[in-house]
Amino acid sequence: MPVLPGSDSSLSLDGQGKPLWLCCELTYRCPLACPWCSNPLDFDLYRDELSTEEWKRVLREGRELGALQLGFTGGEPLVRKDVEELVAEASELGYYTNLITSGMGLTEKRLVALKQAGLNQIQLSIQSCDRDLTDKLVGAKAHKHKLEVARLIKAHGFPMVLNVPTIRQTLDRTEDILAMAEELKADYLEYVQIQYYNWAWLNRDELLPTREQVERADELVKAFRERMAGRMTIYFVDHDYYMGRPKACMNGWGTIHFTIAPDGTGLPCQEARVIKDMDFPSVRDHSLEWIWHDSPAFNRFRGESWMKEPCRGCPERKKDFGGCRCQAYLLTGDAANTDPACALSPHHHVIEAAIEDAFRPRVHRPLVMRRPRAVSTAFTGGWDEAPSPP
Amino acid sequence: MAADARVQLDDCFEINPMYLFRWEETQDSHVLLYPEGVVKLNEGAGAILSRCTGDKPVARIIEELKEIYSDPESNATLEKSLLEFLEVSHARGWIKLKS
Ligand code: SF4
Ligand code: SF4
Repeated sequence: MPVLPGSDSSLSLDGQGKPLWLCCELTYRCPLACPWCSNPLDFDLYRDELSTEEWKRVLREGRELGALQLGFTGGEPLVRKDVEELVAEASELGYYTNLITSGMGLTEKRLVALKQAGLNQIQLSIQSCDRDLTDKLVGAKAHKHKLEVARLIKAHGFPMVLNVPTIRQTLDRTEDILAMAEELKADYLEYVQIQYYNWAWLNRDELLPTREQVERADELVKAFRERMAGRMTIYFVDHDYYMGRPKACMNGWGTIHFTIAPDGTGLPCQEARVIKDMDFPSVRDHSLEWIWHDSPAFNRFRGESWMKEPCRGCPERKKDFGGCRCQAYLLTGDAANTDPACALSPHHHVIEAAIEDAFRPRVHRPLVMRRPRAVSTAFTGGWDEAPSPP
Repeated sequence: MAADARVQLDDCFEINPMYLFRWEETQDSHVLLYPEGVVKLNEGAGAILSRCTGDKPVARIIEELKEIYSDPESNATLEKSLLEFLEVSHARGWIKLKS
């Protein structure tokens, strides 16, 4: 007989060349204005969203490529009226379908329709445990509605992931935030670092937490995780600015993750468009199969041959893949460089300088809220010339 | 879901509704899907979990598997590794006792 499984029998999947995760950013439109939003600074210019039929084609082709997990995200995906229809199509195709939402636009009626359409899971973002604080942070009256939505999600039997960003303004409230997650009966809590690209990058000096805040939260989360064992799964990702090691790039560039932006651009990760010297193909011109297997963009950082020192000879590269390509580009001018969050990077000083800058005594700057035309990108391109390490 | 709870022969397990368990052609195996995660199961694990339908006591699952993989020598270890696998699956929350 075949070997019966023991405790190590279950293999977490590596994709074996298949994009296990298809992430559909249905729209960049959103009623909120979070100053850490990962959408492009000129999100307002992407008006030409894929149609319902085009999205359905994306879903079909993604499934044919072997994708199993599907995320509908945005912007706020519920701004689109066809989410229910797309969820139904996705379930029919056999995806495990996740809705990643701010809760805005989610009503009981829509929840029931989404359930009927076969939605498997909802990830709800909430920014703090305090109504006034959340509302200030997202630039709208949202907190009360988010709490109501959380209760409805549970009442309708969906597994619920609560997603809470860890920023300077909220980290000192960690205990209350954890208590809120418990009270709301979240099945999963993602208490995670925001990624400093796009809006978060603009606001980094004000959002970056202190090392002490991160360490204190880490302790609280550890104790909470123990207490909640078997009831809640908790992800707490250490802050890469303080770790001396980079965040792992998913399972590596172009290995399991496939994002489709609202205008149909295929991206190896949601932030990839910050790399200004790359061209990303569109599903309007190409099949998903070509984009995944053959496009130069998806192949550029596959494997290890693109790596430079110190990553090239470093044993950690199998685990962290040299860190984040987007951060390497944004902070060092070359996306193939070692992520400067790594203490071994010759550019690591830019991270140290960023921390120093953020906490230099000064008048605090206002947060730039994610709103149309809040900033102009007309005069920003890429790097003029990549800086060399000192 | 206490990890130390021993599995009894008359227990009936079902897949935790949080998880989606099914055959996946592109992986040529059974998979468990859950919020933001995928577990690929080997043949034995798939055979066991597909019998966790809430109406089959563990003893019957053992009988069924013994019939399929009838090999007197491994039958003794089959029961032990099957119980172990159910315990692990239970501790991980993949299956729950049918109440
Ligand atoms: S981060 Fe905030 S503003 Fe950006 S899409 Fe999400 S909810 Fe909307
Ligand atoms: S040198 Fe590269 S591979 Fe090594 S730890 Fe740093 S980022 Fe990771």
